[in-house]
Amino acid sequence: MTKITSKYVWEVPVRVTHWVNFLAILVLSVTGIYIGNPKSLALAPSGYVMGWVRFIHFVVAYAFTISVLARFWWMYKGNRYANWRSFVPFINADGRHKMGRMFRYYVFISKEVPYVEGHNALAGATYLLVFGLYLLSIVTGFALYAEYAPDSVMFKLFGLIFIPFSSQGVRLFHHILMWLLIGFAIHHIYSAWLMDVKERGGVMSAIFGGYKPLREKE
Amino acid sequence: MSRTRDGNEHDGLPDPALPPPTVWEERGISRRDFMKFCTAMSAALALPPAFAPKIAHALDQVKRPTLVWLEFQDCAGNTEALLRSSHPTVAELVLDVLSIDYHETIMAAAGHQAEEALAKVTKEQKGKYLVIVEGSIPMKDNGVYCCVGGRTAVDIAREVCGNAFATIAVGSCAAYGGIPAAAPNPTGAVGVKEAVPEATVINLPGCPLNPDNLTALVVHYLTFNKLPAVDSHGRPLFAYGKRIHDACERRPHFDAGQYVEEWGDHGHKKGYCLYKMGCKGPATWHNCPTQRYNMKTSWPVGAGHGCVGCSEPLFWDSMTPFYRRLPNVPGFGIESTADKIGAGLAVATAAAFAGHGVISGMRHDKGKPEDHEEA
Repeated sequence: MTKITSKYVWEVPVRVTHWVNFLAILVLSVTGIYIGNPKSLALAPSGYVMGWVRFIHFVVAYAFTISVLARFWWMYKGNRYANWRSFVPFINADGRHKMGRMFRYYVFISKEVPYVEGHNALAGATYLLVFGLYLLSIVTGFALYAEYAPDSVMFKLFGLIFIPFSSQGVRLFHHILMWLLIGFAIHHIYSAWLMDVKERGGVMSAIFGGYKPLREKE
Repeated sequence: MSRTRDGNEHDGLPDPALPPPTVWEERGISRRDFMKFCTAMSAALALPPAFAPKIAHALDQVKRPTLVWLEFQDCAGNTEALLRSSHPTVAELVLDVLSIDYHETIMAAAGHQAEEALAKVTKEQKGKYLVIVEGSIPMKDNGVYCCVGGRTAVDIAREVCGNAFATIAVGSCAAYGGIPAAAPNPTGAVGVKEAVPEATVINLPGCPLNPDNLTALVVHYLTFNKLPAVDSHGRPLFAYGKRIHDACERRPHFDAGQYVEEWGDHGHKKGYCLYKMGCKGPATWHNCPTQRYNMKTSWPVGAGHGCVGCSEPLFWDSMTPFYRRLPNVPGFGIESTADKIGAGLAVATAAAFAGHGVISGMRHDKGKPEDHEEA
C-alpha cells in the first residue's frame, strides 16, 4: 500500500511572486505591444490612450521589479526549495547528473521519470536564465523610461547603458526579451503540465496551494 | 546719414547724448537687434535672461580669438548650413568676431600658402585657438583614405586638435563618424574624439548641425571663456539635454493615441504624431523642436516627416530603417521586424511542445507511480 502524505514545498512568498510575475508579464506584454505598435484609438486630441497605456506599463513594471527583488531576497530567507542553490544545480556533480537525467527524459532517451520535491535540476537552471531575462528587461525598461527625465537619479544610474549601446538598440533588445519570455512561458506551462501528468507530483496544484503529495511505501 | 542706437537713419550728426557706436553698430546692427540676439543666445544656452547684458558686454570686447576650420570626410553640409543662414545675421557676425585663419571652403589662400597659415596657427597660438572639424577621420590602413596636402586626416587632426584650446566637432561625421562610419565602414571612419583622444572635444552632431547651436557655443566661449557642460556623448547639455520626443509639438497626439498611419492620410493632414511612421524622436537628443532650422522657420517633424535621429551616435546604423519603429534584427531578412520574429518564435515553441506532448502521451514510462486502482 502507498500512503500519501503532503509536504509544504512552495511557501507564500514563492507563490505570490510567481503569480505577480505571471500577471505582470501578461500586462507588460500586452501594454508593451501596444506601445511598440499602437493603433489610433483616440477620437479627440484630448484623449489619453497612449498616456494611460504607458502609465499602466510603468506602474506594473514597478510591481514586477519589486516582486523579482522580493523573490531574490527569499532565495536567502526561504526554505530549501526556494533557496538560490536550486537555481545553480550545475555547480556540483550531483546537480549536473540530475540535469542530465532530466534532459534525457525530455528528449525521449530515458523513460525514467525523475521525481523531485522542489524544482527539478533542469528547470532550476532554466529559471536562472529566466531571472537573467527579468533583470535585463528591468534594466533596459527603466533606462528607456528614465530618458524622459535626464536629470533624475534613475537616468544617471540606468542611462549608463546608453554609453555603449544606442537607444534604438536597447529598445530592440527590450522587445526581444519580451518574446523570449513569451517563449519561456509557453515552454513552462507545457513542462508543468507534462510533469503533472507524468510525475503525479501535483506540481500544478502546488503553485496554487503550496503542498505536494508524497508517496511513501509502507 | 548716420545711425543712432535704434538703427534708424537720421540726417545730421549722431546724438551727442548717446555713447559712441559699438563694433556692432559700426557693422550696421542696431543696439536693439544686438540685445535681442544676446537675449536669444542666453535662451539657447538655457541661461536666465539676466545673463543677456553679460553676453552683450563680452561680445562688445573685440578679442578675435583664432579659429581654424578643418574638413575631412564630409560633404561640406555644415559649412553650407552656416554660410546659408539667410541674410547677414548677428550670428554670422559673431563668427566674424573670430579670426578664421583657415577654412578650406571659404579661404582665399590656396596650396602651400594655406597650409603655411595653418602651421603658423598651431605653432604660434598653441593652446589658445579653436578648431572646428567637419567630417569623419578614417583610421583604416594608416588613414590613407583622406589626405589634405599630402598628410592624412588623422595626422593633421592630431597636430591641430591636439594643440588647440578646444575642438568643436560639427555634424555627426566629425562627432561620431556619421554616414562614412555606417556599416561596413570601409574607411574605418571615426569621430574626432576617438581619433585624437587627448584633444578637448565638444560635439555638435546633427546632419547638418544647427548653426544656432554653434553660435550659442561660441557666444558661451566668448562670455565665460570656457566650454559648456556636456553629456556622456560630449554634447553640450544646452542643445542636447532633452529628447526631441519630450519637446515635440506633436507630443499631445502621441499621448492621446492619434497617429499618422500612412503618408497623406487623415491623421497626416491633421498633424498627428509620426511615431508609427518610424519617427526616431523618442531616441534622439536635440533641441530641434525649440531651436528649429533656417531662422526658426521649421524642422523635420514640424514639416510632416519623422525624425531620423541624425544627431545620435551610431547614426546611420541604429536609426535605419527610417520608416519603422525598430532596427532590423541582424541575420534576418530586410523585411523581418523583431516582433515578427518573436511571434514566429512563440508559434514555433508552441508547435514544438505540442509535438513533444503528443510523443510523451504515447510513451510508457518506467518507474511510474502506482496506478489508481492500487492507490
